[in-house]
Amino acid sequence: MSELTATQRLSVIREKGRPTVRDYIPLLFGNFLELHGDRHFGDDAAIIGGIGTFAGRPVTVIAQVKGRNLEENKLSNFSMPHPEGYRKALRLAKQAEKFRRPVICLVDTPGAFCGIEAEKRGQGEAIARNLMEFMTLKTPIVSIVLGEGGSGGALALAVCDELAMLENALYSVISPRGFASILWKDASRESEAADLMKITAEDLLKFGVCEHIIPEPDGGAHHDPTLTAENISHYLSEVLQRLAAYDTEELLEKRYNKFRKIGVFSE
Amino acid sequence: MAIEDLFKVVKDRSKADTKPRPEKQKKQAQRVEIPQGLLFKCPRCGTVTYRDDFERNKSVCAACNYHSRISYRERIEMTADKDTFTEMDAGMTSLNPIDFPGYEKKIAELREKCGMNEAVVTGVCRIHRYETVIGVMDSNFMMASMGSVVGEKITRAFEYATAHKLPVVLFTASGGARMQEGIISLMQMAKTSGAIARHGEAGQLYVTVMTDPTTGGVTASFASLGDIIIAEPKVLIGFAGRRVIQDTIKQQLPDDFQSAEFMLENGFVDMIVERKSLRSTLSKIFRTHNYTRDGDYIGGAAK
Repeated sequence: MSELTATQRLSVIREKGRPTVRDYIPLLFGNFLELHGDRHFGDDAAIIGGIGTFAGRPVTVIAQVKGRNLEENKLSNFSMPHPEGYRKALRLAKQAEKFRRPVICLVDTPGAFCGIEAEKRGQGEAIARNLMEFMTLKTPIVSIVLGEGGSGGALALAVCDELAMLENALYSVISPRGFASILWKDASRESEAADLMKITAEDLLKFGVCEHIIPEPDGGAHHDPTLTAENISHYLSEVLQRLAAYDTEELLEKRYNKFRKIGVFSE
Repeated sequence: MAIEDLFKVVKDRSKADTKPRPEKQKKQAQRVEIPQGLLFKCPRCGTVTYRDDFERNKSVCAACNYHSRISYRERIEMTADKDTFTEMDAGMTSLNPIDFPGYEKKIAELREKCGMNEAVVTGVCRIHRYETVIGVMDSNFMMASMGSVVGEKITRAFEYATAHKLPVVLFTASGGARMQEGIISLMQMAKTSGAIARHGEAGQLYVTVMTDPTTGGVTASFASLGDIIIAEPKVLIGFAGRRVIQDTIKQQLPDDFQSAEFMLENGFVDMIVERKSLRSTLSKIFRTHNYTRDGDYIGGAAK
């Protein structure tokens, strides 16, 4: 695996041709059917949800949608979900629990959308609800960060039994730009922030936040989307098999402890 | 008045405004002489009152009813039955998981200045003789941002309450996740939410009291997960910061945006309760959830 700095990885995941869930879903899943709407307010195109098969077994897929061009990005709001997106995700996760199929979340977002309507419809509540409900969802959950994992907007799809990250993916409490802007009042110090924040897959592996790193082809996923999808597929078949061995109680205990142990303090 | 005359009036006035005004200067000079801390200026309506009067009014603005920020000590004093509070995990302090420059020093200074080890204080107390786990976030400590210690203390508070079949009352106030602890602080949102889920599955009650300001990752985790969510009047509650939203949408936001009243109107809090009625409201809630009063009733809160 390559040894790049966070700043270098940031530029890799910003490559125009970097594959998105629109590329990966057809490569990873059979019989995929998209399911729309949160049943309360509307349908959020920033999150695709649906059912399909993986290696012949039914799964639920919940994925944040980066656009491959401006048109797609406008449609999917640059992958910044509104509350109804998170509520759709929760509805589909509950449905997966009912039918005992694993949930696979593909995370790729700069963060939850910040706007008047998002606040009115309870962006905070929508994310909080997902964190709590996913924590006790009685079916395996695997999350994979494909590119950008930004803040609570990413975490709302990343309470899981195992988190994997693509080799160049980043996952952070706030975007490096936001970090620089808030702590140093200077957004132009973005790359300095990126390198300070410890947001690469390797960093997160050390922190116990991420369990697995999925290799990308040399130069990044955009050099060979099919190969990247194969790597994801290898990981998924291994992890789903492994998680299937646990009974529900063990699974939830393990999931609770995965997050329970994260924290650095003295007493 | 002809339009030309109107222009002239405006022009004259603006000229006049640029000239120094003797009375105004005098006022400013007077203001300097007032000892600091004697007055309270309401950040919501701008009304100035004597600090003594303001504090006697439970730190509520008499003019607009804004329930201002108070320290955890004041909060516990006005919420818990007298001398019933026992603190948990008092000695827990932050380390520096991402080696953020100057973080240890900043924490050390705040510990000194605020007389507390971290941004939340948790423990057990009685409210109208109902035994309850209580947590109070104090915005004086780094705007009560949530790092490892805040997450851990709140998680332990819920775990304790689950094990002892107790309700939890959390007074939330926060600028959000503590960026200086990087991804570790984000994970505290999941950790606390997990502990709340277990407390809930055990059939126990969780009441949130949202105080000024409840924002960011705290709104997007434990603050929004109460079985019953109370907010104090006029406080700020929201997910994204006002400035961030303004930068995104490039328009001014209405004044009441992200207020307690805004949240009530949009369906995200159950009720707005004034400080002076909070103890009796909590007591009614405990009663309705079949918690029994216990222990010796020592008397009302000191304030």
